[in-house]
Amino acid sequence: MIKVNGKDYPWEEGLSIKQLLVNKGFTFPLLVVVLNGKAIADNEYVGTVVNDGDDVKIIHLMSGG
Amino acid sequence: MNRLEMKTAHKLVGTFNYQLGQLEKGYANRTLYINLSTNGFAEKPVTELMKQKFIGGRGFGLKLLWDGIQDHTQWNDPENELIISPGPIGGITQYPGAGKSYVVALSPLTQSAMDSNAGGHFGPFLKFSGWDALEIQGKAERDVIVFIDGTKGTVTIEEAPLEAVNSHILVEQLTDMYAESEADKVTISVVAAGEAAEHTLIGLLNFSFYDSRRKAVRVKQAGRGGMGTVFRDKHIKALVIKSPKVRGDLNNPADMSALKKAGQKIHEEIRTLDDSQCRMRKVGTAHLTQIMNDYDLLPVRNYKFGSDPEATNITDDVFLSKYLHLNGHDECWYGCSLACAKVVKSFQLKTGPYKGKEVLVDGPEYETTSAAGSVLGIFDPEFVIETNFYCDTYGVDALSFGTATAFVMECYENGVINDRITGGLKLNFGNAEAALELLHQMAKGEGFGKIAGLGIRRMKKLFVEQYDANLDFLQDIGMEVKGLEFSEYVTKESLAQQGGYGLANKGAQHDEAWLIFMDMVNHEIPTFEDKAEALFYYPMFRTWFSLNGLCKLPWNDIVPADNHLTAEPAKVPEHVQNYVEIYNGVTGSNIDEKGLISQSEVVYNFQRVFNVRMGFGTREYDQVPYRAVGPVTVEEYESRQDRYDAQMKDILNLDPEGKTTAEKVQILRNYREEQYRKLCDAVYLRRGWDANGIPTIKTLERLGIDFPEVVAVVKKKMTQG
Ligand code: SF4
Repeated sequence: MIKVNGKDYPWEEGLSIKQLLVNKGFTFPLLVVVLNGKAIADNEYVGTVVNDGDDVKIIHLMSGG
Repeated sequence: MNRLEMKTAHKLVGTFNYQLGQLEKGYANRTLYINLSTNGFAEKPVTELMKQKFIGGRGFGLKLLWDGIQDHTQWNDPENELIISPGPIGGITQYPGAGKSYVVALSPLTQSAMDSNAGGHFGPFLKFSGWDALEIQGKAERDVIVFIDGTKGTVTIEEAPLEAVNSHILVEQLTDMYAESEADKVTISVVAAGEAAEHTLIGLLNFSFYDSRRKAVRVKQAGRGGMGTVFRDKHIKALVIKSPKVRGDLNNPADMSALKKAGQKIHEEIRTLDDSQCRMRKVGTAHLTQIMNDYDLLPVRNYKFGSDPEATNITDDVFLSKYLHLNGHDECWYGCSLACAKVVKSFQLKTGPYKGKEVLVDGPEYETTSAAGSVLGIFDPEFVIETNFYCDTYGVDALSFGTATAFVMECYENGVINDRITGGLKLNFGNAEAALELLHQMAKGEGFGKIAGLGIRRMKKLFVEQYDANLDFLQDIGMEVKGLEFSEYVTKESLAQQGGYGLANKGAQHDEAWLIFMDMVNHEIPTFEDKAEALFYYPMFRTWFSLNGLCKLPWNDIVPADNHLTAEPAKVPEHVQNYVEIYNGVTGSNIDEKGLISQSEVVYNFQRVFNVRMGFGTREYDQVPYRAVGPVTVEEYESRQDRYDAQMKDILNLDPEGKTTAEKVQILRNYREEQYRKLCDAVYLRRGWDANGIPTIKTLERLGIDFPEVVAVVKKKMTQG
């Protein structure tokens, strides 16, 4: 199990940030991803692996209006 | 009819000569007053107090309106005013998004002070012509054009009987008429409404600019709150301005280098990052349609649902591949490299008085894809474009049109109204033909269109009084607050955004706060205090754009590459700092971010007291329809049953097993309504308001707006209870 934005979420072996975004259906382009307190740049989403027990924050900024 | 005949038919009924001058640090230091009943004019000085407390734009509009009307003034009294003001930063060309005009008047929908904004060139041209605001009072006997010639220092009121009323024709006629040559057209801007603004309460204003690359007059809209209705009620056919040639230094800023520095930085960000962020330069705000659908936030069938598989027919990809005409220059004011003002250059109309004609359509934006699409259960891109065009040219706010028509459709499908009442229009969800016919009826002032054009609040009353409708049901599904129809977001899963709509001064528009992701997805503001803090900071910050003639989009529709490393990325701290610097750079002040928030807080609280003065502005008027809070019907509940059942278990510790859907709807409702009440309590406290939502005397004193007339309004209300 991992935490995503403070809520429990099932973990799977080899889960990358990129895959997590897909699984969660997070299609919004202005995201800030923080893994265990460390900000991850968007060009590192594919290569960054999420481990069991990790805390991930996927902060959606705002746009529009 | 040719332009010469039209011009010859003009009858001059008022002239005013004024001294041309230079702007000083963003201000002309005077405002122009015109009375259409007397054809009188006045030049009013802008005092230091006015600048300090009200800054410009919406702030100036509210102050002038406050001084110009009585407590009992109605929107259609001659005494009502229509004020246009750009604000001190308005008209700079170094930083993107600095060409907005802010319009203020008593609204026919809310009967209180409304503010609405538009791009286009009128606001900056007004300043370059020597005026910080244009204040129009009175009512002309016949249709008039007000012409401000900022190159000669003259203002004229001219009766103008022959020109068209509908905007797409009128703005061209007047641009041709008042420009001295093709090259001169860029110095002209026109404000116009349209035929439907005469017959409905949801009229909008179009602000024009000449697109020299496409050789076409384009329009941007001040849509919300019936400003076009006020305009036509005053028998204004158009406002026309001729500006001195635009230069980057016309504002005479205190520190040009500060503007250039901030501008260069953000232009580079936009150039390098926009393609991988919001693609504003490519598709404008329409990029949001797909996203809102993905997150269950796109209004579908009168906000019952937040997504629909057919929504893919009206997303940016469709508009981009088939309809949009891009040339890399879609800025609605000079220097806006975010350039989101998209255009469909040649669209053949299928209905209405211009059927068969090829027209240019400004848009569609995200909101139009909902208001002229999903909220009506219509997923046809050509319906979106056609409705977009007719709303603009007829002078109808597309958002109020869409949200009100969606309400009508739900009423029709529930038997609240029938064919006899609609004059045979089969107003089911999905019926594009009927929706367009309703719009054409609004323009003609005929049939059921006349009723729908009253807006939701008045329709609810009428349906109850005349057709014996169930008021509770209409209150639940009628998506309006304070009389203003909702803009286009589903808020059921974001308590903070319910407050964003319900607590907004003008009514249900999201320009004060858009907190859905922060609340619903990020879970960043879990407590009432957190939500109240967000409902303090964001409305205050966003109010600031309206005081300064700025567009909000370059604040957070593009973010710096290292924004994710900042402590509060949602605020986009680097851009906030840019605003501090350009404000100081223009005006020569020395404020910081806190100062910027304080400026807004003054005007925001003044507007709240304005609402109190007009008989509103208390808790009762901050309530939202239950459709904005949770599922009204069994159908809605069951469409998201897993979500709601899980909430019942996890949050309320109740087992949904064995309960009917109707029982579950009621349980959830009791809970969510209580949450909304608590949210209001927390927000009032944070904003320095009393338990009824009125700014306390202490708050007014702290903000330095304890003017006797303001305090008197508050004291009177508090003693009345
Ligand atoms: S971002 Fe778009 S709406 Fe805002 S000023 Fe630029 S072009 Fe106009």
